[in-house]
Amino acid sequence: MAKPIIHIENIHKHFGRIHALRGVSLDVKVGEVVVILGPSGSGKSTLLRCINHLEVYDSGTIEVDGILLKTAQNINTVRREVGMVFQSFNLFAHLTALQNLTLAQRKVRKRSKAEAEKIAMDLLKKVGITEKADAYPAQLSGGQQQRVAIARALAMNPKIMLFDEPTSALDPEMIKEVLDVMLALAKEGMTMVVVSHEMGFARAAASRAIFMDEGQIVEEGKPDKLFTKPTQERTKLFLSKVLQI
Amino acid sequence: MPSDGYFRNLWRSFQKKPPEIPEQSPTPKLNFIPGAEPREKLDPWWWLVVAVVVLLVLLMALKPDPYWDIFLFVRDGLAITVELTVISFVFIIIVGLIGGLGRIAKNPVIHFIASLYVEIIRGIPLLVQLIWWYYAAPALIKEIGEAIHWDFMANYVANPMVLAVVGLVVCYGAYMAEIFRAGIQSIPKGQMEASRSLGMSYLQSMIHVVLPQAVRVVLPPVGNEFIMLLKDTSLVSVVAVADLTRRGREFMSAHFNPLTVWTLIALLYLVLTLVAARFISWLETRRKY
Repeated sequence: MAKPIIHIENIHKHFGRIHALRGVSLDVKVGEVVVILGPSGSGKSTLLRCINHLEVYDSGTIEVDGILLKTAQNINTVRREVGMVFQSFNLFAHLTALQNLTLAQRKVRKRSKAEAEKIAMDLLKKVGITEKADAYPAQLSGGQQQRVAIARALAMNPKIMLFDEPTSALDPEMIKEVLDVMLALAKEGMTMVVVSHEMGFARAAASRAIFMDEGQIVEEGKPDKLFTKPTQERTKLFLSKVLQI
Repeated sequence: MPSDGYFRNLWRSFQKKPPEIPEQSPTPKLNFIPGAEPREKLDPWWWLVVAVVVLLVLLMALKPDPYWDIFLFVRDGLAITVELTVISFVFIIIVGLIGGLGRIAKNPVIHFIASLYVEIIRGIPLLVQLIWWYYAAPALIKEIGEAIHWDFMANYVANPMVLAVVGLVVCYGAYMAEIFRAGIQSIPKGQMEASRSLGMSYLQSMIHVVLPQAVRVVLPPVGNEFIMLLKDTSLVSVVAVADLTRRGREFMSAHFNPLTVWTLIALLYLVLTLVAARFISWLETRRKY
């Protein structure tokens, strides 16, 4: 069996007196799509943010693509291999959609302007918003912004994509357009870790679903099995609240 | 560091109008941020600039004695005032930027030094600071030079213009540091996080993502500082710089006509500040996102 591309071992994280992660271990193999769900404050976003070192964890080890995060001299070498999509999109407000996609390509990947723009236009086509290439983020809808944000992360040719509640800030009618892009990405074999409560997406794309609560992984398994036949009481309780609507 | 036309692009970002985006039929038109729409019509306050300039020209044309004579006498002081303001302001921006970044630095030593600088400087009147730089600093340099037997320092002769610029920059730099700190902190954290998550360094993220957005936020208070600086340069007249105010005093002591001299000097300052204010408000309207 191939070595996992993400190897997380027993990490702990405190925010002041709050023990946000209590010994989480997780392996993700190349091409896997892992969906993490759990109640608010369960540490799922914190775990995701630890993977690209936006959050510094207190103890434990994380290895991404064979690079040990704690000892990595240059954290930027790991980050350029790991794309991240945020709940609040975080598009660069002073740049057009196209410039959002080309900035890091030019500064980090050192691509020429023409090359970066060609890659950017191809990706904007892939997420279906070529006609908005010259629009500023404030001129785009939430769904469009999130699709640009996904394209921006993809422009760096990441090996892994992290999604931190990518549809939570969206109006209902815009969720599908973002999920469609993520589904297509999963089908292409991208390694993805997704924090989301979109059961439909998890069923259709995820190879594994993980339920977290109080800073720990409570249960994991195939999405269908986890959603329909959870073994742990806490999972059952959470799912009953989420699914009853 | 900034490269390939960074400042040119930054400048352009104040000049371009938002691009026309083709409508997609079902989606409603998304407006710009309220209040940020580019204004096309001429700034209405230009009339005041015109009025003051006309008044000045009339005074000098209709009563060349004394107004034209005063103007001829003080015009080199006018040039010194403008020069002093512009040179100081360039350094103030640099000091303010470094100080502002120091104030938000995670490194406790850098943070402490920047905070100490701001706290000390803000607590001392500008006039006292200028006098300290002109009279006390050269004496200090001479004493140190004699103590370490370094002739270059022991024979130091005060250069009023240089020390005036130093005094203004040190003082205004502290205020500017606070403005930049607030401006940088007003940009949502997610902007920096998104930039870092793409593999850009802290410095690259600051230069290409955070600062260009902060510029828009700090423009009004920075413009305000510029106008205050322009007026505060009159204080250097007490430390042997022949600026507009000092030249006015010299003319008055020779002819003893305070009303005409100080009216003209006041109007000349007013023209400078009004033009600067119009330029700043023009800059504020030229933003594209």
